Order: sequence, then C-alpha cells, then structure tokens
Amino acid sequence: MINVLIVILLFAIITVLLVNTKAKGIITVLTVFVIAFMSSYVSIRVLLGENYEVLLSGTITFGKVPIIIDSLSAWFILTINFTLVTGAIYGFNYMKKYREKKNEITLHCIAFLLIHFALLGISSVQNGFIFLLLWELTALSAFTLVIFEHEKPETISAGINYLIQSHISIVFIMLGFIYVAFKTGNYGFDAIIDFSNHQSTLAGTVLFLFFFTGFAIKSGFVPFHTWLPYAHPAAPSHVSGIMSGVLIKIGIYGILRMLLLIKIDYTTAGYIILFMSLFTGVYGVMLATVQHNLKKLLAYHSVENIGIIGIGIGIGCIGLGEANRWMAILGFSGALLHTLNHSLFKSLLFYAAGNVLQAAHTVNIERLGGIIKKMPQTAILFLIAALAICGLPPLNGFISEFLIFGGLYNWLYSANLVSLIAISFTIGGFVLIGGLAILCFTKAFSIVFLGNERDITSVKIHETGAWQLFPMYMVVTLMVLIGLFPSFFISALQKPVKLFTNNIAFNSNIAQVRIVDSLQNINWLFFGLILIVLVILGLRKYFSRKKLIESGPTWGCGYSTPGSKQQYTASSYVRSYSKIAKPLLDIEKREVEIMKVFPSKKHYETDPYDKIERFFIDKPLTLINKITNMFVFLQNGQLQRYILYGIIFIIAVISLPLIFDKFIMVIHFFNNL
Amino acid sequence: MSSILLILFSAIFFSGIILRTKSITSGRKGPGVLQPIKDVIRLFKKGAIYSETTSIVFRIAPVIYFSTVLMACLVIPFGSYKGIVSFDGDFIFFAYILALGKFFSIISAMDTGSSFEGMGASREALYSMFAEPAFFILIGSFALLTGHTSFYNIFSTLHLGSSITYTLGGLAAFVLLMITMVENSRLPVDDPKTHLELTMIHEVMILDNSGFDLGLILTAGYLKFAMFGAIIADFFIGGLTLVPAAALFILIQILFATVIGMIESFMARFRMSHNPQFILALSSVSFLIFLGVLLVLEKFV
Repeated sequence: MINVLIVILLFAIITVLLVNTKAKGIITVLTVFVIAFMSSYVSIRVLLGENYEVLLSGTITFGKVPIIIDSLSAWFILTINFTLVTGAIYGFNYMKKYREKKNEITLHCIAFLLIHFALLGISSVQNGFIFLLLWELTALSAFTLVIFEHEKPETISAGINYLIQSHISIVFIMLGFIYVAFKTGNYGFDAIIDFSNHQSTLAGTVLFLFFFTGFAIKSGFVPFHTWLPYAHPAAPSHVSGIMSGVLIKIGIYGILRMLLLIKIDYTTAGYIILFMSLFTGVYGVMLATVQHNLKKLLAYHSVENIGIIGIGIGIGCIGLGEANRWMAILGFSGALLHTLNHSLFKSLLFYAAGNVLQAAHTVNIERLGGIIKKMPQTAILFLIAALAICGLPPLNGFISEFLIFGGLYNWLYSANLVSLIAISFTIGGFVLIGGLAILCFTKAFSIVFLGNERDITSVKIHETGAWQLFPMYMVVTLMVLIGLFPSFFISALQKPVKLFTNNIAFNSNIAQVRIVDSLQNINWLFFGLILIVLVILGLRKYFSRKKLIESGPTWGCGYSTPGSKQQYTASSYVRSYSKIAKPLLDIEKREVEIMKVFPSKKHYETDPYDKIERFFIDKPLTLINKITNMFVFLQNGQLQRYILYGIIFIIAVISLPLIFDKFIMVIHFFNNL
Repeated sequence: MSSILLILFSAIFFSGIILRTKSITSGRKGPGVLQPIKDVIRLFKKGAIYSETTSIVFRIAPVIYFSTVLMACLVIPFGSYKGIVSFDGDFIFFAYILALGKFFSIISAMDTGSSFEGMGASREALYSMFAEPAFFILIGSFALLTGHTSFYNIFSTLHLGSSITYTLGGLAAFVLLMITMVENSRLPVDDPKTHLELTMIHEVMILDNSGFDLGLILTAGYLKFAMFGAIIADFFIGGLTLVPAAALFILIQILFATVIGMIESFMARFRMSHNPQFILALSSVSFLIFLGVLLVLEKFV
C-alpha cells in the first residue's frame, strides 16, 4: 500500500515534468484524488475499529520505520485529505490565469503533491528521523508553494520569513528527538514512551514543553505567529487555504501526539497550554480586527482559531490532571472537532478571498464594496463561512465551541480556588474572542461585499466560474452537515478521544455536563430556527402580496446625493474599538489635516503593525544587525583578504586543539609545583 | 410551555408600560399601554420601501433577527416549570443565538451604505461584545453555586437563603437589568427618543427598514424586554405553584418596566466615549458576584 502510494507519487511527478501546462494541473488533481482516496479508505476503516500497522525495514542509521495509523492519525488524515482535494480543484481553476508561467506551474504542482504526501506521512509515521525528514519536506514544499509569484519582492521576503521560522521550529523538534535518541539509541516513537517512563514527571514535562515550542511555531501560537500574516497573503489563495487549513494543524497534531507519548504532569502542562492559547486567541483576533488586507485579516484569524483549539487541548489536559472525565473528553473532542471545522471555514474564506482578488485585483478592504451584487454566490459563501468562524449557530463552529464551553463549565465541578480564578479568566477571554470575531467579520463582510463600490469602479467584476465555485460548495455542504447533524461527527471522535482518556483513573464522583443530550436538543432547535425563518418569510410574502413595494435611495438625513465615498469605511467601523485597544495595538497614523481657509487635499492613512513582532523579532534583529555590522570591515571584496581568512581559519582549526593541550600541560605543571 | 406564553403576554404591554411611566413622570397622560402593539400591527399591514443599495441581506436580516429572539425565548424557564426545551449549557445557546441575530442586524445596517447606519452598527457591535463576558460570568457564578448548567436547573435549585445570597441576587438583578438596557439599546447607553442620527445607536441602524420588516424588528425588541424580565423574575419565583408564580411573574415584569421607565425619565444618556467603560464595569460587577459565590461556598479557606 505504502509502496503503491510512493510509486504513484513518483510517477505523477515525472509525468508533470513532461506534459503541457494544462495536463500538469489535471495530473496533479487526479493524483491528489487517488492518494486521498487510498489514505481516506484506510483511515475510515481505522475509525470504524480496525488497526493499521506496517513496519518498513528502514536503514541502519534510523532503524525500522513503523507506519501506524491510529484513530488520532486517521482523524487528521481525513481532515488533510478533504482540504487538499478541495484545494486542488480550486487551485486548478485559480491557476488558469497563470498558464503562461510554465516553469512555476511545474514546480507548484510538484510541491503540491509533495506537501500532500508529507502531511499524510507526518500523521502516520512513528519514527523520529523520518518524521523530521517529512517535516522538512513540508517546510520546503510550502515555501515553494508560497513563492509562486516570486517576481514580487514582498512574496519572496514573506517566503523567506516562513522558511527561517519553520526551521527554528525544526531545530526544537530535532533537539527533542535527538536527545531521546541519544539517551535510548533509538529514533522510534516507542523509545520516547520508554524514555519518559523511566524519567521523573518533571523531566517529561520539560521534554514535552520543548516539543511544544517547536510545534507551536508551526501552528502559529503567539508569540511564534509572526510568519503567518506574511506568508498567507503572499501565497496564491488555494495555498493560503491549505496552509491555514491543514499545514498549521500539523503542529496541533504534533502536540497531541506528544501528549500521548510523553508522561507529563498534565495539570501544569494544561495550565501552560491554556494560558498561552487564551493569549493567542485574544491577541490574534485583536489584531485581525484592525487589518485592512483581507487575506492578512484571515491570517490573524488563523492565529485566533489555533488559540481556540489550544484552549480545548488545555482544558482536556487539566481534565486528565484533575481526573475529571467529562472535562477531558469535552476538551479534547472540542479541540479535534474545531481542528476539522477551522480547516473547513478558513479554507472557504481564503477561496472566497481568492475569488475577490481575481475579480477586483485587490484585497484591500477599504477599496472594495458592493460585490454581493456582482458576485452573489461568492458573497453568500463568504457569509456562511463568516458565521461559522464566529461560532454562530446553526453552523459547525458553534458545535466545537459549545463542546469546549461544556468542558470549561465541567471544570467547575472539580475546581479549587486557583482553578476557579482560572475558569473565570478563561470564560472572560473565550467570550471576548467570540465577540471580537463578530466585530471583525461584520466589518470584513459588510465592507467588502455590501454597500456601494468604493474604489473599484474601473474594474469589471464578474462572478467566478462554476468549477472554481464547486469545491467551495463541497466545503459548505460539509460545514452545514456538521452543524445540523453533529452527533455523527462526535461519535466518530470518540475513538481518538479515548486514546487520551484510556489510561487515566477518573474520579467517578465528579458530576458531568450532559453535552451529548444537549446536542440532541440543539439539533431540534436548529431545525426549529430554520422553520421559523421560513414561516415568517412566508407570512411576509402573504401580508405584502397586495402592498406597494418600492425602491428608493438610502435615507441620507435629507442629503439626497450621497456618493460611495461617504460610506462608512473599515477603519471608521472599528475606530471606537481601536481607540479602546490602543495601548495594546501598534497603529501608525499618517495624516494631513485641513489647515487653511481654502483646504488642500486631505490625507489619512493607518498602518497596523504587530507589537509583539516589534519587540520579539524586530528589536533582536536590529541588535544582531548592529553587532554584525561591527565586523563589516572584514567583508571588503578583496580576493586576497578572503584567501587569507581561509588560511587563518585552517591554521586555527589545526592549532587550537594543540594549544589547548599545551595549556592543560602548563596547568598540570603548575599544579605539580 | 407556560413560560413562552407568559413572555409573549408580557411582551404585549411591556413597552406600553415604559411609555406610560415616562409620560406620567413628565406630567403627561400618555398613550394606552397597548399603543406600541397597535403601532406594530399597523406596520404589518403596510407596504415597504427598500433602498436601491441594499441586497438580499437587508431583506432577510429582520426575519432572522426576529426568529433568533423567538428561539432564545424558548429556553427560558418559568419558576419550577421548564421552558420549551431545557438542556445543559442552554444559556450558551441563548447567548449565541442572540449573537446570530445581532450579526444580521449589523450587516443589514451596513448593507444600506449609509454612514449613519454604519456608525450605529459599529457602536452596537462594540457594546454588545463588551456585555457578553458579564453575562457568561454571571451565569457561570450561579452554575457554580447550584452545581447545574441549564437555566431551568439553576433557577429551580437556587434558594436565596442567607443575607449574602440576597446581596448576590440583587447584584445579579442589577447586572441583568443593565445587560437588558445594553441589548435593547436604551438609556443610559442609548436613547431611543433622540432626534439626531449622530447620537443614535439602535434607531439609526433601522432607519431604512419599513413596513413588515420594521414591525418585526420592533416586536423583537418588545420580546427581548420580556425575555430578560423573565430571567430576572426567575431569580425570585423559586418553587411557587402556577397561579401565585404567574402573578408574581407579571408583577415583576410590570415593576421591571416601571423601573426602566423611571431610569429613562430621570437619567441622561452617557457620552458615547463613556459607554464602553460603563459596560466593561458590568463585567467587574459580575466578577464580584463570582467572588461572592466563592464566599458562600467557603472556597476561601
């Protein structure tokens, strides 16, 4: 099976090199289909209760390579496959506009196939060495995908930013694996279990936090999130969707896998994850709200949603630590379901943003407006995804947030004073995230799609082609299904969640919040809501059948010819918010005031920046630059000097150990005296 | 079932009582208590005018807004009688379904392309966002106190016994009263009677709605009042039997409406820039209730 997969992949890569541009795309889509079908088939059988294990022989350096698909892997594989399939179809149509860039397309297709393979591999391989290789492969192929439009300088710089940060992530993970392999002589994941069983819980927790840092960079936890807001807008839209939908989730997979492998102090780790996630969530959405670039706004929302997933994981961990069964179950189920949910609505939002970008040639929110009349389908799809990402009923986002809330309130039953304070903070933060998300997405949706066109009147805007909308409808269908029939998906989640809760002796005296029963009721209420809406629509139709329905201009308080520039803008919509949040944000304002009696042209521009990036990335970078600049005299362009440096280096390498030995001898000599 | 009927019944006269109170305190006779409902019925029979700028969002939003308020009423219990549905975590559903309605009313205001309506929408979004944590921490405190997580179970097991619990009940009633005022855009956060678009919040958002749609929005407002009134009433009804409970319920609703009328007569609207501070202060009061619950449960040792 694995061999067949690899052969198909290699065959596809070779064919992509040979055929013409259109065929490259078709082959890529077909191969993604085949690989997705094969791996999904196995995964579904695993979720139904079978086991899947293959032991590849491997080599002498890294030992045997077990490929094990357990229910956790299966859940992630299915998530990855769905987004990759929709991404491939969407991307095939999206890329039609770039057919003349032949070489770039070839690279793009190959990178697409490789990232699919690598993501699937990461979720199933149980050998640290191969895991790292695949991890590197995702980083490189994602880099290649991001820099498709490499002629733009900001794209290249975003790509390099991503490449560097993902390698910092690799360093952390690699050190973790190498440390364990050094202690046990084995790269297999079972070695990690062995190792942590023989260590104290404290050592296990430290090792876990080491891995956590590495995975957190990949997932975009604050303060390791700074690559996301650059990489997502720079990439083609289907790539943004895939990166935001599944690539950052592979970090979540890593965190969950390590939780299963390493014996840790669950309560401590849980608190650390919980508070980091809470901070991530609130900070992500706070920055998202003030962005003008639609894709950047969505990128910050990925940070926020990683925060929500992390809150679920944190609650689950604390549940394990406090032996609170339902808290653990609800926390982990919420986190896993939200992983799937976010991959759905975020990829959909990015696809919709891609449609807007291709139609209007800009994603600057302030210039858009009134697109719903030209692109009704894209607008409605964006609206549904926006409702879902705000966690509003009756869509899928509500279900996962409801589960996490359930876990949070279940915590009340096993809480002491400290955890009660933590609960109240978590509730406050979680609710604030939801509220800000609503503020942010009402802004994004209404400024982009509603009202009148602002600054795009010169462009002729059409609805996107049916084939490009088709994958978006696929995503929406699944989202609505999760929203309306959550019990099915939650029962599919039971097996992965059991992996976490199996070996814990739970305290059976702790009461439970009966969330599963609640979901039944909520289900009925959702159908009720839809029914009531339909009934009232019918009533309105009935009552107004003989009445005069007119249309006229918008009420302008007596002013009869308002122009589109007089509409509320995105900046003004969030102005009262950004005034309150000012101490936490970093917004640069450039303004030319009206000064004289005969006014000159007025100018007002805001540029939101990331305060954490300024302190955490930019400041250290300037410092490093300053230090390295001191040695700039060494680099003077004279070949002779460079050869001299080489010689000095060689001499130093040879002589230093000798000098060191002599030094020791001298010390011995003095000691003997 | 009894709860939804009672809520619908009190929604009929609630707004009228507020109006009447305001009229009497300002020395006028004022309209009858049924006048607001008569206005709505008149609106239902009228035709409508839609702005050319608007899209399908504007047409569907009032319907969704009204439906969400109606759905939210379904989970409210009445003393020892359940609402239509009751389940663990129903207050989360309650808050989120109201948020859905709010989302649609905001984007419907933005759909008109009017800068006034945009301004109102922006304020409404911000204020209701700040009011959410207060509500969740408040209900969380009572969940902790009673050990239950549904409206029905919380209220049916809540026994106001000692002096500290009375204080908690009073504080909770205050927080809920203020959340009601924020949610319904009334004084001291917003003044429904102001005549300048720049100073409006909710009223300016519905400037372009007319006919059936406006009727729906107004009715939803009345329902919201009665709904929050019902929650406050539930704090005090406890385990009474049907008839005295219903009497007490109506009494509390009338009292609640009169209090709102009095507040609106004797208070001025805050400056817009003070509103967020005021609403955030509500969260601190909620937190105070939370600490009070900790005190009752003797968690401070």
